[in-house]
Amino acid sequence: MQLVAENLTLERGARRIANGVSFVLESGTALLLTGPNGSGKSTLLRALAGYLRPSEGTVKVRGENGAFEGSSESGEVAEVCHFVGHLDGIKTHLTVKENLAFWATYLAGPADAKQSTAHRVEDALEQFALDALAEIPAGYLSAGQKRRLGLARLAVAKRPIWLLDEPTVSLDVASVKVLTDAIDAHLKAGGMAVIATHLPMELASVRSMQLGRAQVPA
Amino acid sequence: MSAFLALLSRDLRLAVRQGGALGTALGFYMLVVTLLPLGLGADLNLLSRIAPGVLWIALLLAALLSLGRVFSSDYEDGTLDVLATGRLPMELVVGAKALAHWISTGIPLALMAPVLGLLLNLELSAYPLLFGTMLAGTPAISFIGAVGAALTLRAYRGGLLIALLVLPLYVPTLIFGMAAINGLLGASGTMSAFLILIALSLASVVLCPLAAAAALRLQMQ
Repeated sequence: MQLVAENLTLERGARRIANGVSFVLESGTALLLTGPNGSGKSTLLRALAGYLRPSEGTVKVRGENGAFEGSSESGEVAEVCHFVGHLDGIKTHLTVKENLAFWATYLAGPADAKQSTAHRVEDALEQFALDALAEIPAGYLSAGQKRRLGLARLAVAKRPIWLLDEPTVSLDVASVKVLTDAIDAHLKAGGMAVIATHLPMELASVRSMQLGRAQVPA
Repeated sequence: MSAFLALLSRDLRLAVRQGGALGTALGFYMLVVTLLPLGLGADLNLLSRIAPGVLWIALLLAALLSLGRVFSSDYEDGTLDVLATGRLPMELVVGAKALAHWISTGIPLALMAPVLGLLLNLELSAYPLLFGTMLAGTPAISFIGAVGAALTLRAYRGGLLIALLVLPLYVPTLIFGMAAINGLLGASGTMSAFLILIALSLASVVLCPLAAAAALRLQMQ
């Protein structure tokens, strides 16, 4: 599978944020987006997920052998990606487990049919070290724990593309390790990730792209 | 289908856990109806004549109070972004959320109306019709309101703006709801007004999610 961005031009209001961004991301690789504040990392991720319509260019997902699978305009890219933005998407009145169980049911696709919802939730809780907090209302979690809960969404449903916007914010060292391990495992299984970050992340197979200046992958 | 039901049950569970929205709506409804006789004086004939209208208008206002939160709480905590990456089309996301609003606010308000009717000396014979028209009309209130909530998602003081946008759209529901209760049109007229009210609700259940989903997509840019 490939994620293809062709000549993306993004605008916010009248301001041009990105100009002619192009890349092809192959299965099993991650793309790190770096650049100063305001260089358009989040905007680019929102465009990849299909929230923001590019004023020029397209985002596409291609299957094996270059077969066309879908574009962001018709929502097909959104259906194969996980988006974890600055906000965690957590309901403070639900317990940690209820939050995850909802996403496990809501985001489930054909690839998840083999495992029951409860099983996927248990695995995700364990992977992100949230099992001790499972029955606690999410409103009582610390910032880092909330972040982990938001990231645990990545594990409750299998999706090939992960779009992560500064995923390491407020995580401690051990949690960053959990996250990089999760990303590595995802890449090894043939997944892709686009990660906006200010910190260098040590991943197995990674390219990086600097935004704000010449917008071509190194 | 399971995603739709998961979203519906999550919203209902949140409505129960948070509690505030329903309590405020019911409390507001009761207070408005209680204040009215104090303002108008204890003329029982007058009160019983205007009771259906008062109960309907107060219900519209009470329902408006909680409409602002239909999408904004999900927008503020980032849930809406994730909901948009689901397999469920945005139209059905809106449908599930508006349905949850109807179940958690519309039905309790309709159930409360006959109780408040006692305060206004409403004729006993009008109770079944009052309850029936409210149950038939409240889906339109929730679904039309969802369009207003989606349009004002990022507006400052969106809650007040919703009222301006949405109250005029409630006029048909109000007119046919009142026509059915007043019985001014005779028995057959009551039936046809009631059927038109149901038609209004069904049409808004089908059409409003399309409009609200388009508004949400625009707001999420």
